[in-house]
Amino acid sequence: MGLLSRKATCNSHGQDSSYFLGWQEYEKNPYDEVKNPRGIIQMGLAENQLSFDLLESWLAKNPDAAGFKRDGQSIFKELALFQDYHGLPAFKKALVDFMAEIRGNKVTFDPNNIVLTAGATSANETLMFCLAEQGDAFLLPTPYYPGFDRDLKWRTGVEIVPIECTSSNRFQITASALEEAYEQAQRKNLRVKGVLVTNPSNPLGTTMTRDELDLLVNFITDKEIHLISDEIYSGTVFSSPAFVSIVEVLKDRNLENTQVWERVHIVYSLSKDLGLPGFRVGAIYSNDPIVVAAATKMSSFGLVSSQTQYLLSAMLSDKKFTKEYIAKNHKRLRKRQSKLVAGLEKADIGCLESNAGLFCWVDMRHLLSSDTFEAEMELWKKIVYDVKLNISPGSSCHCSEPGWFRVCFANMSEDTLTLAMQRLKSFVGSIASKDRSHQELKNSRRKFRTKWVFRLSFQSFHDREQDER
Amino acid sequence: MAIEIEKPGVGLSKVAVSETHGEDSPYFAGWKAYDENPYNESSNPSGVIQMGLAENQVSFDLLEKYLEEHSEASSWGKGAPGFRENALFQDYHGLKSFRQAMANFMEQIRGGRARFDPDRIVLTAGATAANELLTFILADPGDALLVPTPYYPGFDRDLRWRTGVKIVPIHCDSSNNFQVTPEAMEAAYRCAESMNLKVRGILITNPSNPLGATIQRTVLEQILDFATNKNIHLVSDEIYSGSTFSSSEFISIAEVLETRGYKDSERVHIVYSLSKDLGLPGFRVGTIYSYNDKVVTTARRMSSFTLISSQTQHLLACMLSNKEFSENYIKTNRERLTRRYDMIINGLKNAGIECLKGNAGLFCWMNLSPLLEEPTRESELALWKVILNEVRLNISPGSSCHCSEPGWFRVCFANMSEQTLEVALERIHKFMEQRRRRN
Repeated sequence: MGLLSRKATCNSHGQDSSYFLGWQEYEKNPYDEVKNPRGIIQMGLAENQLSFDLLESWLAKNPDAAGFKRDGQSIFKELALFQDYHGLPAFKKALVDFMAEIRGNKVTFDPNNIVLTAGATSANETLMFCLAEQGDAFLLPTPYYPGFDRDLKWRTGVEIVPIECTSSNRFQITASALEEAYEQAQRKNLRVKGVLVTNPSNPLGTTMTRDELDLLVNFITDKEIHLISDEIYSGTVFSSPAFVSIVEVLKDRNLENTQVWERVHIVYSLSKDLGLPGFRVGAIYSNDPIVVAAATKMSSFGLVSSQTQYLLSAMLSDKKFTKEYIAKNHKRLRKRQSKLVAGLEKADIGCLESNAGLFCWVDMRHLLSSDTFEAEMELWKKIVYDVKLNISPGSSCHCSEPGWFRVCFANMSEDTLTLAMQRLKSFVGSIASKDRSHQELKNSRRKFRTKWVFRLSFQSFHDREQDER
Repeated sequence: MAIEIEKPGVGLSKVAVSETHGEDSPYFAGWKAYDENPYNESSNPSGVIQMGLAENQVSFDLLEKYLEEHSEASSWGKGAPGFRENALFQDYHGLKSFRQAMANFMEQIRGGRARFDPDRIVLTAGATAANELLTFILADPGDALLVPTPYYPGFDRDLRWRTGVKIVPIHCDSSNNFQVTPEAMEAAYRCAESMNLKVRGILITNPSNPLGATIQRTVLEQILDFATNKNIHLVSDEIYSGSTFSSSEFISIAEVLETRGYKDSERVHIVYSLSKDLGLPGFRVGTIYSYNDKVVTTARRMSSFTLISSQTQHLLACMLSNKEFSENYIKTNRERLTRRYDMIINGLKNAGIECLKGNAGLFCWMNLSPLLEEPTRESELALWKVILNEVRLNISPGSSCHCSEPGWFRVCFANMSEQTLEVALERIHKFMEQRRRRN
């Protein structure tokens, strides 16, 4: 029997990372309110389960959409045969309108520039195939979604070089961090083809500031490289500041129809905003016709089921529904996030101030036995096995500072969230009473009692840097 | 000051700007001509009739009847749990009930002569994705796969484009009905070696596209033996397995393995899809069935890039686990395809045209070599243009399928109504008469 390819035998699928191991532990002992009340509560899955009732009620009122009917007539045959990689025109139109609506209609999108793919996972990989190859690299701000290690690198051969972001400035991207990443890539003999950002950020749960976006535009203009903006969480921005999309910035700076305009590409999906990860609906939006053409052909390897395209074209064309959905979804996410933040506060745990996403970026540095990733893993294991919460350790997101964790809040019931917070409070309480003086001595520099505030003094950051080196 | 427009292609990958997607071949050009002037019985009776699209449109009524009688398949039942659970389901293992239904369906198609384990089924968005995925797993960039000619034009893109893998053809010709021979396989292998290419596997389509014929058991055995001797993989694309005109004539590689007690079966992988047998290309339902555990695990992980919509998995799990439906469908579909095949073969015969003896698929392999000015590819393309522009039929020239013998054409018969097929046959008849009179 012949050997398998290098791709098959390497580890770039990333499936051995802790991100997936926590998942495995959960699978072995999943929490269930009735059947397994002491099981592990899943807080590592960025799913949006808060607004299904809105979708269900729409489906009940519009049975034709799932029933292969248009105006009462069966279009089953038409849909069954439709495999055109240009996608269902009605769906593309509805999707770009939805994307514009999410951005407050401050920008418009051309349905001819959108390419449908089986999920954002497929969209990101396809863009890599179009823009880069072996020997090339994309720069990504840390911390980033663990799945990118597989999606961007595995089959494409492209490398990721991190743009280090730190808590000193809320993990925002800086000009020097960008430059350093670029230089690091060059030292590794990699040709930088672009920057990929997730905005709103996973795992931070924050929207990028206009300054950051301007910085990025300047950087990619100067280096003549691409920018991919994965805006998969754009519909989950529940409080201010409002979401500013990269296209808005380009428009405001009158950069339409310039070279840089054609080097900015957006990735979107309905998995987070609509809570439909199973339906595999992703999209690439680009102003470069060659990228659109190449990506369209490549989408043959991951087309969206025409059955699903039709259902969603009907749903998203219902403007009354989309307006109501977007508003209610925001409201519910905001409420849920507040509940998590308050619960964490009761346990003396702070988190990064966030306005988007399905998770919070939680600061547990003060609970570490040492300022190391080993200590982070130690803490994580305690939280998974003893506290029975599956949360994602920052190291799995390539965070450069130990002690941060991503905690999801939208994939469970309110009661389950309450229980999770209680468990956490007990856990922190038990450490505190066991080891109060020891903790205080170690963490006097970093202890935060209440919600973490933006203003972290430059002095303390500087000191910490020296410690780590 | 004018802003300089970047030269096209700068800043994109080699893959993005290469021609390996193969979309400039006549296979796609004919499609264009049809799109610009499509036949319609009432509104455009002199338009181009599409006979280049291997679609199965003869059994939709059976599917529609099922859907009408089983609304639970296309909805999520009354009340909440069905919908949200389905909408959230993105597990790359795939819906268990769907894998079970697929395994059963594949067994039924093979008359129960082979068994399929649902846990060896990996789901992908269509056979297009399945073939590419397998290539990524079985070969490295620069390696080669051996593929018998003539073959499905899409393979040039599916197997080569993003993978960087090469195809080395195993030449087959009409002297023995285009069957693969050990000599032809050896020759292809040596050819690859002479080009310094490492051969990683052989990929066959059984039943064959474009031949419309099943591979005989003895030939399958020879192919398996060859793969074993060279220690390479064997991929059997059995996408047309449910479209054989008689159940007993199709022998799957699975049956051959079964007879051999599954000895040395880790090199064998089967590709399947519902696009042809069920006529559902839009739903993107493909599978890889592998006897190799590592391939199953890796393929499953890779399938993240090409998962099947859970909405669609749910629909088809319901439909295919209904034994009454699936048995009746397979049987009726076969009968109707046979009828269509007989119709076209007789029609062509009356026009003085011979075809390869076929027993499966949605097309026949037509021999127009007597009509060629010269036995060359150029002559074949010239004839093809005449048929496209004058007879107004879009058929696929053998050269687009890499056939080494000029003059053969693939003609689809299941993607239109019977009336349209009659019209097409009349046009061919007239065309042949005119040619005879001219000569």
